[in-house]
Amino acid sequence: MRLSIDTIVEAVIFICGIISVIFVVLIFGFLFKEGFDFLKDFGILRFVTGKFWYPSSNPALFGILPLVVGSLLVTFGACAVAIPIGVMAALYISEVAPKNMRDILKSSVELMAAVPSVVVGFVGMTTFVPVVKVFFNVPTGLTAFSGSIMLAFMAIPTIVTISEDAIRSVPWQYKEGALALGATKWQTLRRVVLKAAMPGIIAAIMLGIGRVIGETMAVMMITGNAACIPNSIFEPVRTMTATIAAEMGETVKGGTHYKALFAIGLVLFLITFIVNFVADLFLRKTQNR
Amino acid sequence: MIKLNPKSSQKLSYFILFLATILAIAPVIIIVFIIVKNGLSAITWEFLTSMPKNGIREGGILPAILGTLSIVACAIIITLPIGVFAAIYLNEYARDDLFTRVIKLAIVNLAGIPSVVYGLFGLGIFVMFLRLGVSIIAGSLTLSIMELPVIITTARSALNNVPHSFREASLSLGVSRWQTIKYVVLPNAIPGILTGAVLSIARISGETAPILFTAVAFYVPRLPHSIFDQVMALPYHLYIVSTQIPCMSRKVIFGTALVLLLLVLTVNFVAIVARVYFRRHRKW
Repeated sequence: MRLSIDTIVEAVIFICGIISVIFVVLIFGFLFKEGFDFLKDFGILRFVTGKFWYPSSNPALFGILPLVVGSLLVTFGACAVAIPIGVMAALYISEVAPKNMRDILKSSVELMAAVPSVVVGFVGMTTFVPVVKVFFNVPTGLTAFSGSIMLAFMAIPTIVTISEDAIRSVPWQYKEGALALGATKWQTLRRVVLKAAMPGIIAAIMLGIGRVIGETMAVMMITGNAACIPNSIFEPVRTMTATIAAEMGETVKGGTHYKALFAIGLVLFLITFIVNFVADLFLRKTQNR
Repeated sequence: MIKLNPKSSQKLSYFILFLATILAIAPVIIIVFIIVKNGLSAITWEFLTSMPKNGIREGGILPAILGTLSIVACAIIITLPIGVFAAIYLNEYARDDLFTRVIKLAIVNLAGIPSVVYGLFGLGIFVMFLRLGVSIIAGSLTLSIMELPVIITTARSALNNVPHSFREASLSLGVSRWQTIKYVVLPNAIPGILTGAVLSIARISGETAPILFTAVAFYVPRLPHSIFDQVMALPYHLYIVSTQIPCMSRKVIFGTALVLLLLVLTVNFVAIVARVYFRRHRKW
């Protein structure tokens, strides 16, 4: 009797164990099924290289290029801010800050990750966007730039947490070796510790990028939602994620527009898949030391 | 350019690193400050416990609070057992081979999929294909898949922290593998697992994109009755009152934001305190 209970329980455990694989395949399959129909009718090339996203014109145009440019612009902007701040903060917390402050500092940085993106978007919209409008003298403060800054805040906790782990796991012999040769602490930090922790830091950056590309509510509220290719970072843009969130409510379920949004979802899925895969490779490199 | 000696260049660099740390911590403090300052006056007993009035421009946010609580409760009930079993498989049964590597890769990718893509998936499979409609259950199922990797990862590290000798002692007494897990490993891992679950609750309470097409409605004139009802939810409510409704009173918007922020940060704080407490009171 006991044996059979064990067998049943272990079967359940096994099924739960592989359920993540099932879900990944299921999600890909579903996006592919809905998206593929659309790509076949509209043409992959027209979808990928089309410069106009006019889903309700006649004939409807579904060019994803402005949305991809929007996503990339916001992501690059966010990275330019978040990477230096994140990595430097991680260095400070793990190597410079007094020992009893470390956990407090790290928890404080991580608290930002807990703030819902709709709250970040709301605060950005009411306080930061008007400042951008006046300060840079642009017609609207709802720009790629404003989105980048707010998203940078959201990527920083990811970058700090994972970089800090990587920096802390650098073997102490590396540091002692450099210090014994007469290097100052800062020289050791910059030339030895930072280099040794690099794979982990790269993984942290990749995961931060993944977070920014996938972010939806904050960008939808801040970047102005204009689906055209911008000339500068101080113009409104629309990202892939915001397009899905903003337009799904108006579509006819099962129609062309609906399927086009699934095709965008498929593109997002593939991008984040690659980003996370690469991040995982780098993380594995640090763990194997 | 002035060439600094190593001592002063170290001082300067440390100062820059310190500034970066301040910059990393400042946003959350500023956000909390802005919302508390503007929203505190809106929080009254009536605001928390009454229905919206006058086209949701006035009145309370009770249905949004209850909606969020029911979606989150359902999601965690679904995802916790599955996640813990998956963690048990990975930590106690799985061998270190290609198959396990594939599972781990799937978990990493599941964690990285954008929340709005989960929303699409939930719409496609739960709302349309399984005909659950836009409902609490469709939203909860969507959120539970999204939260699965977090639960698995935290539960796994909790299981991994239970010393190997505990298992060996039990197995050497002739206890079967599952019995060992049930009576020896799991009880010692419960604190860690629960901390992870609480953190997940904080995270999914604030999610908007996954429930956007699967669970929420602009306005529902009554409180949720069953898991097949459409509901209002706090994060979505904040989104619509701050962007979709003209002439909305600032007080109500900030009040909604404050309730949401307080909910998320309080739950998060509980998890952090619990983690510290259990770490100090560990039996080994």
